[in-house]
Amino acid sequence: MWTAVLLGTLGVYLLKLVGLCVPKSVLEQPQVQEASALLPVALLAALVAVQTFATGHDLVLDARAAGFAVALVAALLRAPFLLVVALGAGTAAMLRLIT
Amino acid sequence: MSTTDTIADRSWSRARTAVLRDAVGVGVAVGALGLSFGALSVLAGFSVAQTSALSLLMFSGASQFAVIGVMGAGGGALTGAATATLLGVRNSLYGLNLASLLRLHGARRLVGAHLVLDESSAMATARSDPREARLAFWATGISVFVLWNIATLAGALGAHVLPDPEALGLDVAAPAAFVALLLPRLRGRRLWALAVAAAVIALIMVPLLPAGIPVLVAGLTAIVAAFTARRAGDR
Repeated sequence: MWTAVLLGTLGVYLLKLVGLCVPKSVLEQPQVQEASALLPVALLAALVAVQTFATGHDLVLDARAAGFAVALVAALLRAPFLLVVALGAGTAAMLRLIT
Repeated sequence: MSTTDTIADRSWSRARTAVLRDAVGVGVAVGALGLSFGALSVLAGFSVAQTSALSLLMFSGASQFAVIGVMGAGGGALTGAATATLLGVRNSLYGLNLASLLRLHGARRLVGAHLVLDESSAMATARSDPREARLAFWATGISVFVLWNIATLAGALGAHVLPDPEALGLDVAAPAAFVALLLPRLRGRRLWALAVAAAVIALIMVPLLPAGIPVLVAGLTAIVAAFTARRAGDR
């Protein structure tokens, strides 16, 4: 796990530094701008999907899906960050309590 | 002459107070997220030391959540590190926008780079006066760094006193946090389509590929999408 921590740290730090050092022309290319805007969207969406609907190599529909749905609605209604998290977790907890 | 100086001084001191107040406010809000990061990291199997190392050294919220998400689901160390790194790509663009504003060199640049974040960049670029913008960058960066790390440690230590995390629904906290981070970015149909496509691609890959890889594959589709859409001139 230390490997992931340290390698990831190195990668993230170098990317931060690159922005401050690289001449503007390189990062100002439209494709680079576009890719860096799209990359977080795709990665976060994929992470959410996997954390909600996958257990190991199986796709499952359980209390997590309900919690996620509630969190999604809360986020769409522009609820504050912590409320989104609390509603999502709370929904899953309630469902597990009554089933 | 002296009157204009006084007026300038007074407006600078007012601006400085506003910048510092905002910086602390952002730090507190981010600290709340840090609490949940600390707890979730320990629940995902990281030690308190590893959890704190992530917040001290990696110091980039989405990347840190990605590492614990991927590793917690059984992904390999390289996959976790790669996902975190890819999520950090946006920091390069922030740095690019900040470089001409901050004009950092040598050691200050190395320290400043560590503070390049969503929050510090947003607060700095929101200020039109360069002096205020520089102050906003450093004040926000330092405020977030201090509060994020205190909160991480508190969350990590607190995780041990919690009962069964699943009974509390804590396994949903991370996806819910990601949704809250993601939605403000989804401006326009194209980004929504990309998000849905990435989610579907990742789920299709789950039974086929080792843990963590599906997320990376889905991320790469974004790069492909960026380049093909540009070539087609579709905007």
